[in-house]
Amino acid sequence: MRALLLALVLSVGPAVAEESLVTGLSRDDVQITADFTGSDILVYGAVRRNSPAPQSPPMDVIVTLEGPSSPVTVRRKERIFGIWINRSAVDLADVPSYFAIASSGALDQILLPEDDLKHQISLARRLSVTKITANSMDFSNFLRATQRIGSDKGNYVSQQNGVKLAEDTLFRADFALPANLTEGDFSVRMFLLRGGRVIDVKAQTIDVRKTGIERQLTNMAHRQPLLYGILSLLLAAVAGWGASEIFRIWRR
Amino acid sequence: MQIYLPIAEVSVNLFLLLGLGGLVGFLSGMFGVGGGFLITPLLMFIGVPPGVAVATGANQVVASSISGVLAQLRRKGVDFVMGTVLLIGGLTGSFIGVQIFAYMTALGQVDVFVQLSYVFFLGFIGATMFWESARAIWRNQRQGAQQIRRTQGHSWMHSLPFKVKFRKSGLFISILPPLALGAAVGILSAIMGVGGGFILVPAMIYLLGMPTKVVVGTSLFQIIFVTGFTTIMHAVNSQTVDMMLAFVLIVGGVIGAQIGSRMSTRLKPEQLRILLALLVLAVSIKIALDLLLMPTELYSVTRLVLP
Repeated sequence: MRALLLALVLSVGPAVAEESLVTGLSRDDVQITADFTGSDILVYGAVRRNSPAPQSPPMDVIVTLEGPSSPVTVRRKERIFGIWINRSAVDLADVPSYFAIASSGALDQILLPEDDLKHQISLARRLSVTKITANSMDFSNFLRATQRIGSDKGNYVSQQNGVKLAEDTLFRADFALPANLTEGDFSVRMFLLRGGRVIDVKAQTIDVRKTGIERQLTNMAHRQPLLYGILSLLLAAVAGWGASEIFRIWRR
Repeated sequence: MQIYLPIAEVSVNLFLLLGLGGLVGFLSGMFGVGGGFLITPLLMFIGVPPGVAVATGANQVVASSISGVLAQLRRKGVDFVMGTVLLIGGLTGSFIGVQIFAYMTALGQVDVFVQLSYVFFLGFIGATMFWESARAIWRNQRQGAQQIRRTQGHSWMHSLPFKVKFRKSGLFISILPPLALGAAVGILSAIMGVGGGFILVPAMIYLLGMPTKVVVGTSLFQIIFVTGFTTIMHAVNSQTVDMMLAFVLIVGGVIGAQIGSRMSTRLKPEQLRILLALLVLAVSIKIALDLLLMPTELYSVTRLVLP
């Protein structure tokens, strides 16, 4: 009896998810070299169906591209004794170093808030408050400031209508990664939506790594810091002496 | 042409960096200041994280100081005895300064503390130097003849024990004042993340009464070791020395230092001092304004670096 029930559930299972995503990336690694100036990433895919596409509700796709996260402290300056100094602070646990979101329409029209909450799609949802210190009850101001500063630096990008849909089946989204990347795993998440509800999610990662001399210097700085420091001084000494000599010869 | 800096993790224009290094090197060679009080704010301004800016700035100052010292050495402008005494004081002071810095960091107000230190010390020294050199220039123009004016406060320095002959400086004074001066500069340089030349140079002229001719070289000699020590400390403690950034800054800096030290021989000492005073005043006014005026962005985001 239990086996029969299980078989029934299994046979029903796939039928519920009528539509699903098949996705791909133009590249799954980015190499940071000395002349790295950024990288273009193309995210593409198609919708796989068991039956013809339903006419309504309308279909949408959201793609997010997210860099490695780390805790941050957001501080606000206040005027004390005539000078502006940091006063209140909010600690955020998990703030992406880079976040880009592309969608096939205005986000507030194609995504229901409860689905955003469930899947943590938008940046505002991704930022979570962990600790509020001092007199900072207005933490939403701090969250907005975090987003604003990130956008100003070009680290947080929002492309409404950045996802192009073709014949309700194919989609593509183009991202231009900036040069000031933090290395690590960049996660790409793709959401298929109908009527504001998420009906399928796919995720892939892009490996962003320093290579060549960038890699060697970073490794050495962390693994042999004393040697690295001495080498830095040696470099400085040789360059300082070298320039002095060159100028002396040149002067004659 | 952009270049990606491995430790700073930013991409910046190569020629902008070369120019920045050249400018600071030029000032270094001309005035005998390391230039740390300029390079650190400038690097932060172009987007280099503060920790990397301080540590790498120190590394760059080592190179331009070596280049400057060698240039000064050829015209016999380095008092090694005085330099060594200052250095012993300097390293001790720097060690104490690092502890104070850590304490202020724990209190959570290190930024303001550093900024206030900049405003106070740069402002005070800049204003004093400006006043003194302006008077010297004015006096020379009025009288035509110039009298070399050194500090009058020799009496108490002569009564202190452990007298040493500083031949190059033409001084026979106790080693205690230079030791104390070195220590004070060491403390300040650790707190402010600079070599301390802008404090050392006027102090050597006005407090110790050294002739301007040997001040620049001797100051640079001391700065090499203090900033070298700082570089190693940062490399070991926080891994914030960016060798790629340092290399580009150094290439610009050593060339600038050579041109600067040549230029310094063409100017009169009081002209040199008034120019340095104006520069120091300008930086202190800029930092004071940052503290006094309402910032355009009240919020700031500090990313914790995970090991």
